[in-house]
Amino acid sequence: MSEVQESHSGAVVPRAAERPGVPECELLRAMLRIRCVEETLADLYAEQEMRTPTHFSIGQEAVAVGVCAALRRADVIYSGHRCHAHYLAKGGSLLGMVGELYGREIGTARGRGGSVHLAQPEVGVIASSAILGQTLAVAVGSAWAFAMDHAPRIAVAFFGDGAVEEGIFHESLNFAALHRVPVLFVCENNLYSTHSGLAVRQPAGRSIYERVGAYGITTEHVDGNDVLAVRQAASRAADHCRSGKGPYFLECATYRWREHVGPLWDYDRGYRTKEEVEQWMARCPIKRLTEHCLARGLCTPADVEAWRQEFRREVDAAVATARRSPFPRPEAILEGTY
Amino acid sequence: MQRLKYWQAISQGLVQCMERDPAVIITGIGVDDFKGIFGTTRAAFERFGAARVIDIPNCENAFAGIAIGAAAMGKRPVVVHPRNDFMFLAFDQIMNLAAKWKYMYQAKRGVPVVFRGIVGRGWGQGATHSQSLQSVFAHFPGLHVAVPASPADAKGLLVAALREDTPAVLLENRALYELEGDVPEEPVPIPFGKARIVREGTDVTIVGASLMAYEAARAADLLAEHGISAEVIDPRSLRPLDTGTILESLRKTGRLIVADTSWAMYGFSAEVAALAAEHGHACLKAPVRRVTPLDCPAPVSRPLEEAFHPTPMTIVRACLDVLELTATTSRALADVQARFPGPY
Ligand SMILES: Cc1ncc(C[n+]2csc(CCOP(=O)(O)OP(=O)(O)O)c2C)c(N)n1
Repeated sequence: MSEVQESHSGAVVPRAAERPGVPECELLRAMLRIRCVEETLADLYAEQEMRTPTHFSIGQEAVAVGVCAALRRADVIYSGHRCHAHYLAKGGSLLGMVGELYGREIGTARGRGGSVHLAQPEVGVIASSAILGQTLAVAVGSAWAFAMDHAPRIAVAFFGDGAVEEGIFHESLNFAALHRVPVLFVCENNLYSTHSGLAVRQPAGRSIYERVGAYGITTEHVDGNDVLAVRQAASRAADHCRSGKGPYFLECATYRWREHVGPLWDYDRGYRTKEEVEQWMARCPIKRLTEHCLARGLCTPADVEAWRQEFRREVDAAVATARRSPFPRPEAILEGTY
Repeated sequence: MQRLKYWQAISQGLVQCMERDPAVIITGIGVDDFKGIFGTTRAAFERFGAARVIDIPNCENAFAGIAIGAAAMGKRPVVVHPRNDFMFLAFDQIMNLAAKWKYMYQAKRGVPVVFRGIVGRGWGQGATHSQSLQSVFAHFPGLHVAVPASPADAKGLLVAALREDTPAVLLENRALYELEGDVPEEPVPIPFGKARIVREGTDVTIVGASLMAYEAARAADLLAEHGISAEVIDPRSLRPLDTGTILESLRKTGRLIVADTSWAMYGFSAEVAALAAEHGHACLKAPVRRVTPLDCPAPVSRPLEEAFHPTPMTIVRACLDVLELTATTSRALADVQARFPGPY
C-alpha cells in the first residue's frame, strides 16, 4: 500500500502543490477528490464492470472530511454501506477501493468484500458493513479496548439516520455511556432510509441528537454541509473523548443527491421532489467551501480547476490500473475463510 | 493428572489463560456475581477482579459486536451466555461479522472472540432455555464450533480457542457440569477438528455430540453386557469436523448411529449421515440411524420432557435395530440428571 501523507490535522489527503498548508484548501481538496472519484465511478457504473451494489456519498462529503480532519492517524473509524467517503477521508488507498469495486485482486479485500466492505486497518479504516447499525457496536468495542489500555486513541462510528432505529443503536449508546468509552458517534442525517422519509420512521418533535442526550451522552447538531463547522465540532468531540469524558454524539444534517444505491438521479420516482434535491444541491458542501476560500483569497479559481484535473487524472489512472489488473483466481476462493 | 469436574476444568482453564495472556477478558451477564456462571468464572473474578471479569448490561446483540471491536484492537474477549438460547440475539454479529471478518476484509487476522454458551437440559426449562444450537453455528464458514463432552476437553478446547485467531463458539451442556474426569494440570490446547474415540468397538459406530457422547458411552456399557461391541466417537468440534475418524470407524463397523442433543432435520446428525452416504456408502451394512430429540419445541411437564430427550436407552435401541437384534435389556439406566436437585 502506498504511503499516504498526513496533513497538519491528521486527515489524510494528498498535499496541494499549490497553496500547501492552508487548512481550508486541504479540506477543499479532500472533498473535491472524493467527489471526483465518485462522479467518475458513477459514470462508469453503467458499463456493468463494477458488479457490486454501490451507495454513493455524493453531496455528503463534508461529514467524512470534516470528521477525519479532526482525527489522528492512530484513531480508527467504522462505517456502514455508504462508506466510500469515510474510507477515502481517513486515507484509504484509492486504488484499493477502485480495485475492490472492479472485483480485482488488488482491491482492499482482494475482491471478496465489495463496495460496502471497505477497510484498510493500516490507516485506521477497520471495517465497513452492509448491515444497518452493525459496526456501531464494533466501534464502541474498539473504543472500550482503548479505554482499558489508557491509550490516547478514539474510535468513530459513521452511520445514517436509518441505523438509529435499530436496537443495536440503543444498546451501543447505553454501553458507551455506562463505560464512558472514547467513541464518537457520527450520524449523517440525510432524511431518508432508502425511500422512506423520517416522518414515517421516527416520532416527530424530538430530533435524534436530543433523544441521544437522554443517555447522558454529550450531543451536538451541526450543519453537515459546512465542512468547517463539522471539523470544529469533531475536534471538540475528539478532545472530549480523548480526555476521558466519555462518548460524544454528532448529528450532521446533510443530503444524498443520487439514488439510494446506484449512480442514477431519482427525484422523479415519487418519494422526494426535484425541488428538494435542488435546494440541497444549492447547499453543496464543496461549492460552499470554494466560495469561502475564493472570497478570502485562500486560493484562486485556477487552483481549484487544477485540483479537479489532478484528481481526475488520479482516478482515471486508478481505474485504468484496476481494469488492467488480474481478477482473483477461482482456485483461491477459500483463502481467508480461516 | 488431576481429577476435576467439568465446571472446574473450565474455571481453571480460564484462570490459566488469563495468567498467560493479559489480553484475555471475561465478559457477560453476571460473570462477576457470587454464582459466577455455575462456578466457571468465580475463580477468575477473585483472582483478576472487575477490570478483567466484567459484568455487562443485557445487550447480547451489541455486546457481541463490542467484543469483536475489542478483539480487532488486540483483546481476547470470552463472552459468556448462561444459556446459548440468548445467543439468537447475537447471531448477526457472530455469523454476519465475526465469522466473515477475515474473509470479507481479507484481514491479516480474524477477530478472536470466544463465545461460551451453556445448554440447559431438563428440570422444566422448556422451549426457550434448553435448545442446543451447535448445528446452526456450525453451518457458517469462518467459525470454530465445539461441544466439549469431558472435563479435559472443556479445558483443552477453551485453551485452543483462546490461542487461535478464529472466532469460536463453545457450547457446554449443563448436564455435564458435575461430571468428573482426568484433566491435565497445564493449559494444553486440544486442536479443533480432532475427534476423540471414547471407546473402541467393532459392531457399530456411535457418533455422539456433546452430552450424547457421554450418553453413548453409557449405552455402549449396556450393549457390552449383551456382547455387542460399540465404538463411541465424540467429534469434540463440529466445525472443523474430523470426518476421517468417523469414516475410519465406519469402515471397521459398517453401522452408524448419530446421536445429537438437537433436532434431526438439517442438524449435526444429518451432516454425519450425509458424510456416510457420500463417502462411506460402500461400507454401510445397514441404514444410518439418528437419535435426536423429537421434532417439537422442548416441553416442560416431566413425562413429556422425558419423552423428548434421547437417552442411553434410545441409543441402545437404535443400535439393536441396525444390528437386527431384539435383545431386551436387563436393566434400565438412571437419567443423566436424576440426581439434579434444581432449580436451575
Ligand atoms: C439490518 C438491515 N436492515 C435493512 C437493511 C436495508 N437497508 C440498506 S441501507 C438502508 C437505509 C439506511 O438508511 P440510513 O441508515 O439513513 O443510511 P443512508 O442510506 O441514508 O446513508 C436500508 C434500510 C440493511 N442493510 N440492514
